[in-house]
Amino acid sequence: MLATAIIVFREVLEAALVVGIVLAASRGVPRRSAWVAGGGGAGVLGALLVAGFAGEIAEAVDGIGQELFNAAILFAAVVMLGWHNVWMSRHGRDMAVQATKIGKDVLAGTQPLYALAFVVGLAVLREGSEIVLFLYGIAVAGGYTAASMLAGGALGVVGGVAAGAAIYFGLLIIPLNRLFTVTSWLILMLAAGMASQGAAFLMQADLVPSLGNTVWDTSHLVGESSIAGQVLHALIGYTARPAGIQLVFYAATLVVIGALMRLLPHRRPNASI
Amino acid sequence: MFCKTLSATLLLVGVAAPAFADDPVLAIKDHQFVPPELEIPAGTKVKLIVRNNDPTTSEFESTELHREKVVQSGHEIVVFIGPLDPGRYEFFDDFHPETRGHIVVK
Repeated sequence: MLATAIIVFREVLEAALVVGIVLAASRGVPRRSAWVAGGGGAGVLGALLVAGFAGEIAEAVDGIGQELFNAAILFAAVVMLGWHNVWMSRHGRDMAVQATKIGKDVLAGTQPLYALAFVVGLAVLREGSEIVLFLYGIAVAGGYTAASMLAGGALGVVGGVAAGAAIYFGLLIIPLNRLFTVTSWLILMLAAGMASQGAAFLMQADLVPSLGNTVWDTSHLVGESSIAGQVLHALIGYTARPAGIQLVFYAATLVVIGALMRLLPHRRPNASI
Repeated sequence: MFCKTLSATLLLVGVAAPAFADDPVLAIKDHQFVPPELEIPAGTKVKLIVRNNDPTTSEFESTELHREKVVQSGHEIVVFIGPLDPGRYEFFDDFHPETRGHIVVK
């Protein structure tokens, strides 16, 4: 049961941290619970569907379907996270110019939520489908009783959700006028980490060169399978032994989203100040 | 007619996924990798077949090689490995972390 709980926990952790950050980034937006829950619910349905067709997905495209599918989900999430940040920065600058009294918190309350809801759905879909496949395998093999498996799975989900809640409430301690600067940075790092993971899947599918299998090795400092390593992996894309191509995708994501945040024209209809 | 279609389909499948006799095969059986140590030549790209003979789902994973791929019960997956420098590279089943093996590059 404990082994099941640990594996489910690790899968849930990654999605839960994403949801925690998204919830903090959308603080004060009307009906954001409905949006996030909708994204999560769609993710669960998607996870069941993906798990059901796992064999077909894996065998598609000459056997690299699984890699392409994972990479596509990750890159879609990167685009959505980037779009959220660009929206926030474009509107943020106008607001700052127009009236210093209107804070970022007021502005953030008007942000559209489809991008973040989509990210929640993708994160739940990706991690959820692995949980379904894992638990389904155990159920079919019949090594555990159903009760023991369900208890293990539930314990893992509770643990993962607790970690997501911890980061959410931790972020809420930050004063509202600075919260969205912090969440923008966190979302930028999330996006870069996901791009690096996506690059690893493209490399695994043999579609991009590795540019060096191990550029550096920090596994003696923070092991990837340690709790710290897993949390860092989910938050900033930590990899103990990054391949060159992962670093390229990581840096490119930071630069592209960062540049779009700074360089895209403001939305300022009357520039009279 | 049906037989003809079937054999044509089988032929197509055979052509679409050429499995060479010298592609190394890694089996998962009773939560053990067989063989537990797989030797491959340095500086060469190798097409590794991972076959799951257990009733449970496995995820072939290696943090050193940046590989992670789910392999369902009774299925096999293809994992490209290398070209690599000589050394020992660990892999494991992420769904049964005690199941571990090594790729030895010489």
